[in-house]
Amino acid sequence: MSALVEIDALTYAYPTDERPSLRDVSLTIREGEFVVLCGLSASGKSTLLRACSGLVPHFHGGTFGGRVTVAGLDTRDHGPGEIAAVAGTLFQDPETQTVLGTVRAELGFGLENRGWSAAAVARGVEEAALALGIGPLLDRSTSELSGGELQRVALGAALAGRPQLVLLDEPTSQLDPVAGDELVWLLRRLNEEWGTAIVLAEHRLERCLPAADRVVALVDGAVACDAAPREFLEWAVEHEPSLATPGARMFSLAGLRPLPAGVKEARAALRAHGVEPEPAPVADPAPPRKVKHPALAFERLWHERRGGRAVLRGIELALAPGERVALMGRNGAGKSTLLRHANGLMAPTRGRVRAAGRVALLLQHPGDLLVADRVADELPEEALRAACLVHLADRHPRDLSGGERQRLALAIVTAGDEPPAAVCLDEPTRGMDRAHKAELAEQLRALGDGGSAVLVATHDPEFAVAFAERVVLMGEGEVIADGDPHDVLAGGWYFATETARIAGALTPQEGAERLRDRLKAVSAP
Amino acid sequence: MTYRRRASPLHAARASVACLWCAALAVAALAAEHPAVLAGVLLAALGSAAAAGVGRDVLRFSAFVGLTLALLIAVGNALVSREGLTVIARLGEIPPFGQVDITLEALGYGAILGLRALAVIACCALYFSAVDPDEVLRLFRRFGFRSALTATLATRMVGVLAADGRRLADGQRCRPGPPASRLALVRAVTAGALDRATDVAAALEVRGYGTARRPPHARRPWSRHDVAFLASAIAILALTVAAAAGGLAEVDASGALELTPGAGPWLLAAALLAAALLPFADRRGIVR
Repeated sequence: MSALVEIDALTYAYPTDERPSLRDVSLTIREGEFVVLCGLSASGKSTLLRACSGLVPHFHGGTFGGRVTVAGLDTRDHGPGEIAAVAGTLFQDPETQTVLGTVRAELGFGLENRGWSAAAVARGVEEAALALGIGPLLDRSTSELSGGELQRVALGAALAGRPQLVLLDEPTSQLDPVAGDELVWLLRRLNEEWGTAIVLAEHRLERCLPAADRVVALVDGAVACDAAPREFLEWAVEHEPSLATPGARMFSLAGLRPLPAGVKEARAALRAHGVEPEPAPVADPAPPRKVKHPALAFERLWHERRGGRAVLRGIELALAPGERVALMGRNGAGKSTLLRHANGLMAPTRGRVRAAGRVALLLQHPGDLLVADRVADELPEEALRAACLVHLADRHPRDLSGGERQRLALAIVTAGDEPPAAVCLDEPTRGMDRAHKAELAEQLRALGDGGSAVLVATHDPEFAVAFAERVVLMGEGEVIADGDPHDVLAGGWYFATETARIAGALTPQEGAERLRDRLKAVSAP
Repeated sequence: MTYRRRASPLHAARASVACLWCAALAVAALAAEHPAVLAGVLLAALGSAAAAGVGRDVLRFSAFVGLTLALLIAVGNALVSREGLTVIARLGEIPPFGQVDITLEALGYGAILGLRALAVIACCALYFSAVDPDEVLRLFRRFGFRSALTATLATRMVGVLAADGRRLADGQRCRPGPPASRLALVRAVTAGALDRATDVAAALEVRGYGTARRPPHARRPWSRHDVAFLASAIAILALTVAAAAGGLAEVDASGALELTPGAGPWLLAAALLAAALLPFADRRGIVR
């Protein structure tokens, strides 16, 4: 396989930063390779992708050293427009990537820009639509599509014309586990059937490692590891444990080798050790919990759209003071709508919400709460100190990292003399690395210890396990499961942690313990 | 108001023809003064909107924007016009208008001008709801690529920024304590808009906009709806020209308000209505 992308000693700093975002990066990506790019937040993943697409330096400016060649085109001499002919790019937010009104026009836009004939454009559009299964959407308006559909359309637009290379920046961060898995497997199919090289930046590695040929880990803008998935996991367990997948951490804690890159590999490895994988049994749904003095209660709550569907259907849910609850379910299940009812942003059409006090709500975009020019103007010094943000007092809120912004927004909504009766968060971990998730889980536990009930809508089962003592699963506006994380998340397929799918245990620690016991039982005479 | 593909003969017609047809209706409204003819054009626009499945959108927009404008024009004309013989109110000296006498003729002519504005706005609303903007962009890209795209993106950004504005408002409602100042909110919205624009610009760059060439001419076979709406547009324009040449739809407001007498304007209105609505009768092949 010949080299498709050659990066030679690339060092780059954005115009507003003195510190380089990429440091002496040298990398070769060959035709038909599936490469996963990983690293903590702000490690340089997005910048590296932007360098491969020519946006760095042509669009962003800044200080650029070294050389990047994509399909023989040197990015110093060829801008993103020319590189677009060989490399399709997909960013995180599908909303800002759709520029035209209909899906058909959107898919054809890039091809028309390249001067393709009308017949070739029509064919390219049809092929991309068929490949991604979006044929029925072709004449739909882009403004009517869901997040998952929009992301598929944006991917279709990047793939129309069959580029040799596709660059993707956390494309699953806004998708539920089902849509996220579908997208990754779609990429795998394109990689296998069309030979398209894929470079995918992602935080949820357990989702994409099984599809990858190679993993490149960035630490502080430099390549720290460039290896096959198993070797990468060995490196991660040793040097950067927050990058290791839960399955690999479980194997490592149990002393098992080789570390598995996915559930299938893990099961095969267990069988090789004489241990038959044992999926957790599916628990019977528990009856609704009775809470005597709830901090927050939804009583037969309905939300019916005028002329549309019922988004919430008779929700009956009560949270005790200090209880930490994860709210899960696929996109459109009604999670966000339920949270919006909790603090009165939306009014129920039937039923009611009862709260023992103020309900704090942190919506999906923490930046929407921040309007001041200085962090110090958002909150008094005491509150900043309590949130460990006092050292950032003079910074502009927009200049904070994602994690810092989240912490500031959470401190704003929970500020006050009395702690809120309940704190609700809507998808707080989108685009967050594992280290920041652990930090947030700690904060949520502290809020619960302070007496506030905590209700968090999330797609991330590992995060749910990290903070929640109860998991509520929603589907089509109804509560379809409500219970202990072990009952709800261990026996599921999509809504289950990786370790649960391998060994029926929710966490790597629990799984490792279980595996050690079973290995002992197997080796005992 | 946004375009949404629907199963209707007008949506099924090619953008160039649908554009011409909407323009023909608007020209008919601009060329006529007789209230019967203007009412005919207004009915044609609203009837077509209903037949195209966008009746509610067009009616709502026309009622909100068109009626407001019509009222302003009617009142404004009554205040500034010095024409007319039948004084119905003497308001005295009102700066900056000077001596203001409201005449029945000025009020009547103002109402006619308002009705014309309402008809034109209904035609525009029909255009925005039923003509595919992407196809229109493709038409104009052949002549002024970048300006056409900029115009389309500006329209698209309106929706994106409106959604951002709603999110920001929700975010502010989640803040305990006194609400943020309006100035701070405006600054936040502006900064957000700039971020959004940068994201869209980056998306455009990686889709080859920077090196875009003039798009190729697409040859599409003419559908029955293309032909029907083209014939309808030609008929509307021909009737308009004939009416203008024959002085069929005129109003004289210099003295007493005088309308063209006889059945001519009424026949013209009926003919315009029929010419506009006929293409909607054939509903074969309207689903794409």
